[in-house]
Amino acid sequence: MSGDGLLVAVDSPVHRVPAQVKLVALFVFVLAVVSTPAAIFWAFGLYAVMLVAAVVVAKLPATVVSRRLAVETPFIVFALLLPFVATGPQVDVLGLHLSQSGVLGAWNVLAKGTLGVIAAILLSATTAPRELLAGLERLRLPATLVAILSFMVRYLSVVSDDLHRMRVARESRGYTGGRVGHLKAVAGGVGALFVRSFERGERVHLAMRSRGYTGRMPLLSVSGATRTQWLEGLTISLTAVAIAVAARVVSL
Amino acid sequence: MLRFGRNKNKNVQVHVPDGFFNAPTSVATGLIAAGAVGFSLQRANRELRETGPALAGLTAAFVFAVQMVNFPVGAGTSGHLLGGALAAALVGPWTAVLVMSTVLLVQGLLFADGGLTALGTNITLMGLITVLVGYFLTRALLKVLPRRVGSVVPAATVGALVSVPVAALAFTGLYSIGGAVDIPLGKLATAMVGWHVLVGIGEAVITAAVLSAVVATRPDLVYAARHLQQDLVLVDADGNTSTVSPDRPIAAKPAGRSLGVGIAVTLLVAGGLSLFASAHPDGLEFVGAKLGFEGAAKNSAVAGSPLADYGVHGIGNAQVSGALAGIIGVLVTIVVGLAIAKLASLRANKAS
Amino acid sequence: MSGPAIQVERLVFAYPDGRQALFGVDFTVERGERVALLGPNGAGKTTLVLHLNGILGSVAGGTGSGRIQIGGTGLHREHLTEIRRKVGLVFQDPDDQLFMPTVRDDVAFGPANLGLRGSELDDRVHEALVQVGMQDHADLAPHHLSFGQRRRVAVATVLAMRPEVLVLDEPSSNLDPAARRELADILAGLDVTLLMITHDLPYALQLCERSLLMDSGRIVADGKTRDLLGDADLMAAHRLELPYGFDPLSVPGPERS
Repeated sequence: MSGDGLLVAVDSPVHRVPAQVKLVALFVFVLAVVSTPAAIFWAFGLYAVMLVAAVVVAKLPATVVSRRLAVETPFIVFALLLPFVATGPQVDVLGLHLSQSGVLGAWNVLAKGTLGVIAAILLSATTAPRELLAGLERLRLPATLVAILSFMVRYLSVVSDDLHRMRVARESRGYTGGRVGHLKAVAGGVGALFVRSFERGERVHLAMRSRGYTGRMPLLSVSGATRTQWLEGLTISLTAVAIAVAARVVSL
Repeated sequence: MLRFGRNKNKNVQVHVPDGFFNAPTSVATGLIAAGAVGFSLQRANRELRETGPALAGLTAAFVFAVQMVNFPVGAGTSGHLLGGALAAALVGPWTAVLVMSTVLLVQGLLFADGGLTALGTNITLMGLITVLVGYFLTRALLKVLPRRVGSVVPAATVGALVSVPVAALAFTGLYSIGGAVDIPLGKLATAMVGWHVLVGIGEAVITAAVLSAVVATRPDLVYAARHLQQDLVLVDADGNTSTVSPDRPIAAKPAGRSLGVGIAVTLLVAGGLSLFASAHPDGLEFVGAKLGFEGAAKNSAVAGSPLADYGVHGIGNAQVSGALAGIIGVLVTIVVGLAIAKLASLRANKAS
Repeated sequence: MSGPAIQVERLVFAYPDGRQALFGVDFTVERGERVALLGPNGAGKTTLVLHLNGILGSVAGGTGSGRIQIGGTGLHREHLTEIRRKVGLVFQDPDDQLFMPTVRDDVAFGPANLGLRGSELDDRVHEALVQVGMQDHADLAPHHLSFGQRRRVAVATVLAMRPEVLVLDEPSSNLDPAARRELADILAGLDVTLLMITHDLPYALQLCERSLLMDSGRIVADGKTRDLLGDADLMAAHRLELPYGFDPLSVPGPERS
């Protein structure tokens, strides 16, 4: 895992939106999606169209988005099971006894989950980790938490590389996996990884104190977002809220 | 039987996505998570000042990396370490809550893994429940096991084993409150817990092996067993010896600022209350009736046959009233909670 | 303030896990001197230098005793900030030193802790990066740099503090020959007192006129680098070996005649 997350390093209008705006936009958008009644199908169509437009504007390759959608798999499985296990009125589709609420529930999980994941991909693929941290800082996440996050992001690649090297070392000595007896070797390796990570953490703290650290991390963010940037960045989310409200009114 | 996967697609992590639970449940678990993180920040404050945020960050990076280690559960699927009980034994419960929350935040924001509105749910299930169950079970067992550092291995193993099915049970509980579709809860609970007992065994085995490796090389690093450490012997330039006690772990005491703790506790309570409120159908119907949705809710109860009809009108209306009631309930709880916290801090200021 | 740049007396220290690393260390480094700290693995070299700015030792709450003075100032809790500005420590692994999201953030970390802000801070960062030739990489993340570049940025992070004493832990380790030479050029051009842990004996000879030899937590030899490296018995007794074909008497050193 690289320390860059899913970042696709190109320049686009979406990339240039300040991170705190994108964070709020994502949250509002997803909240709007989540609170839309599942049966208002056209609303989900509109959400999808807006998201696809944003993906295109952000110049994200379709493969990046589709590959990352795999994180949803366990819940797709769960969703597909719903029509068979849910209670309530039954309906026959192609000879299968399906629960009506189950079918709608499956659609509910699939549609909202997929839209949420695509929106999240949009954020993570257009925002550098440092910008995200600065955005969280602007949104008043506690400083200690921002600091921990920042160190985690910085050392993600270092620790993953350690893990990778240990795997290479193990496989070079004939380990191929598959036998229970080797479990101890792997888990012992993970133990060694913790000691390494912990000792690095101690050394990093020493390095920080050597340079005068007294408990306060320097601020990452320099300037706030302008009103125009907020408006531009929130366009899709505010539209989504309007759609969600409209969907509610229609369903009454 | 462990596999390391570098391939991201193989490492599917079971995070609740957006929209899996209804909005009130998401908001309520969000409050619980925010409260828990706030409380942990307070409790871990002195420790973090002593050891620095770097240590917690590195531990988070470690947990993230280790979650990529898959082990087969059966039926061609695999589980991976959650790491809550392990992290709690290694760095203590409060830092562990922060570490696990950080991991989930990074997975959600950098890797689009786990929804942003479901972040509270994920933190509550994987960052709070596994850590607390694992840690307090570990400490309880250490009281009855022989008093030496090595005892932390069996203790934390049991902690890890139990923590995973408990989290699964909590997931079932949340589903019964805020799941979109009615499915037989008994079935769901049996399936979830049964499955996660298997995952828990994997979690326990890895936790045990990791901890015994750490106990063998740096026993002083295991937080849960620091009170069992032996004294040190020093030799100086002239060959004289003296005995000193090792650096004592910093006692986890709340650090003075009552306002923070107050707000944190309030958020926890508010989250719990609103969860309860949204679970309580009478309460929902009461609010629904007040808002004039009574008829709609009744309709949904008697609605019967055609899918389209039932779906569009019945479910839509029931959800609207339910969601609105939930949101209003949550907002009211937050406002009341914040007011109480404010009053409490005012009184504390006056007293001091 | 006057006095030697570094003065260490009867320094004893044990780690929290019970391992004792220092068994009474004494030495003095005068201002402007360049001194190499030699010795086998596990001799206590790194532990010793971590004492010089109060990271380890009794002043940091650890178990140990002894006395340390930096530029005439005793190492006490109330002087820690001052001492840490004066003593710049470059760690062996640049990944330990570069902990901020970008090179610029990282170099700014130290001076910002000293209270610098705004354009003054920017100037200080730029100046330090120019000293190590990394001014064009300020906005990169550390994991996008090569190892040699990370080592140079690590030196810059310390130079930005304008230290009086620069302490380096194995500065030439893991560098390719060109990066090793570039770093030597940078170090030779700095106007500070230098204490350098190294296993790279030609590097010690090239940069430092004087060397300290450490083993088992004690200083076992102190003298001209050329003399120490030329003493075959002393070298063999402490597991030090010169590279194949290297003769310390045949190459020019830093001595000015």
